[in-house]
Amino acid sequence: MRRSFSLLILALLVIFLLSALIGRYPAPGFLPLNQLADDELAQRLLFNLRLPRLLTALLLGMTLSAAGMVFQLLFSNPLVEPGFLGVSQGAAFGAALSIILGGSAFFTQTSAVFFALAGLGISYLLAHRLRYGGWVLRLVLAGIAVSAFFSAGLGLLKYLADPLTQLPEITFWLLGGLASLTWGKLLGVLPVVLAGLALMFLFRWRLNLLALDEQTAFSLGVAPGRERWILILAAVLPTAVLISISGMVGWVGLIMPHIARRLFRADARFSLPASMLLGGIFTMLCDDLARTLLAGEIPLGILTSLFGAIIFLVLMARHS
Amino acid sequence: MPLLSFRNVSFGYHPARPILQDVNFDLRPGRIAAILGPNGAGKTTLLSLTLGWLSAWTGEIHLSGNPLRALPPRERGRRMALVPQAEHTPFDYTVLEYVLMGRAPHLPPLEMPTAQDAEIALSALEQVGLDSLSRRPVPQLSGGERQLMLLARALAQLSPSHFSLPTSHLLLLDEPTAHLDLHNKARLIQILRQLRDSGVTILMTNHEPDVVLAVADDVLLMEPNRPPQFGALDEVFTAEALSRVYKIPIRLVQVNGHKQVIWT
Repeated sequence: MRRSFSLLILALLVIFLLSALIGRYPAPGFLPLNQLADDELAQRLLFNLRLPRLLTALLLGMTLSAAGMVFQLLFSNPLVEPGFLGVSQGAAFGAALSIILGGSAFFTQTSAVFFALAGLGISYLLAHRLRYGGWVLRLVLAGIAVSAFFSAGLGLLKYLADPLTQLPEITFWLLGGLASLTWGKLLGVLPVVLAGLALMFLFRWRLNLLALDEQTAFSLGVAPGRERWILILAAVLPTAVLISISGMVGWVGLIMPHIARRLFRADARFSLPASMLLGGIFTMLCDDLARTLLAGEIPLGILTSLFGAIIFLVLMARHS
Repeated sequence: MPLLSFRNVSFGYHPARPILQDVNFDLRPGRIAAILGPNGAGKTTLLSLTLGWLSAWTGEIHLSGNPLRALPPRERGRRMALVPQAEHTPFDYTVLEYVLMGRAPHLPPLEMPTAQDAEIALSALEQVGLDSLSRRPVPQLSGGERQLMLLARALAQLSPSHFSLPTSHLLLLDEPTAHLDLHNKARLIQILRQLRDSGVTILMTNHEPDVVLAVADDVLLMEPNRPPQFGALDEVFTAEALSRVYKIPIRLVQVNGHKQVIWT
């Protein structure tokens, strides 16, 4: 187990370094190290453009995968992903609304975070109103309803959008991408993201307890209500702020936890950190392809869905 | 002092339909009490009230003289363990990882189980005869093996810092023999007796008269729309009372010095 983790961390570091060097300057391929030493443009490119983007890809992958694992455990359901409580659809609606209103990039980001958290809040309030099933089922149902509500709103906004200017921008946001990333955007979300990741990591063993039936968790001396909400916020807040700068990047939060469990077993002591590392590696690699494969940018969300689905199927079809 | 006492407890899931009314009993330490009654009489509800998972409408429940409500969650978890009838496990934990979760109330917040906790969990598995399956994924266990595993988790939960038979603690079991074959039923009965002899108090629901006759010291007989009857096995577990509660003729006979229930 310890060896597998060392390997994973080593792989992450190597891929991080190689990703920093790969690109289309001066020619498609790796930037030679000796050029980096005396080419000022190469240095600025690396530090101002590639580094913040690479770090964001890493943190985005780690956060979505960890949050996905947390949600799958909290809801005892391997099919949920971090945005399902109205968070993803809320963010998409918020971003589209700002684009239609002609808001700045910063306004779009704020609006996405605001509606993502509104989605979570409405899901929570609705779940309290529902008179059906237990805590988990009510929250899931409320999340589905809120997502549907926002996705209807998003559909309406797309219908109203100017097809020449606004619609492409909305579409591009929905497909996700890190092309316009800057240090400013990354540093703005960094505190929330690091706090969320740290909390999820610290709670990793207790997540197992929260995956048990509610009454069983209670009998083991857990206060399920309080701990659940700490973890939901630790998962949703970083997810929401990251989506607001990256757009929708699908499938990472759903698939990486499955792969981590497949490779590192169910105990979240190991599968949660594994999920973080795998998610970080996967998203960095996908973003490398997004910016180098073609002369133009390929939306990141397309690549994460495509490769996520392929890796997932290969892994699930193999006997362990 | 009784280990567990119910005073005038009433409860229902719907305001107009109380399920339990005027429940009064004192369970002394080191006894095995069986809750008997027809389906829907409120047996499992009574266990959930004891656990503190449900709150009584009226009345008081005390554990070792302390009001149940006043116990902090971890303290409650160290004193009282539950073996539920069945448990949903969506992910494939190994048996050892699952039993290790019983150590939760002994760990400070955010601490992980140590090697010592793993040793306690293994000893608990040995106790129920599952030590050879400790690395098996839980979903691959049979129904009976799962039930024994849940018992092992409860034993690990009630153990102090090193594995020893827990004393002056309360073990709640919901239909512990429901999925067990005869061999495992005999093993469970033997384990329950050992636990009692070491000072653990046990409260269980059970539908099987032979199990109740084999291990119970006290019986809580529940009937719909009547306060339940609590007392020693010989006083409460009688042919008349059983016939009345289950609404079929039931006889008790002696076979080789053991009481047996005849109901067909």
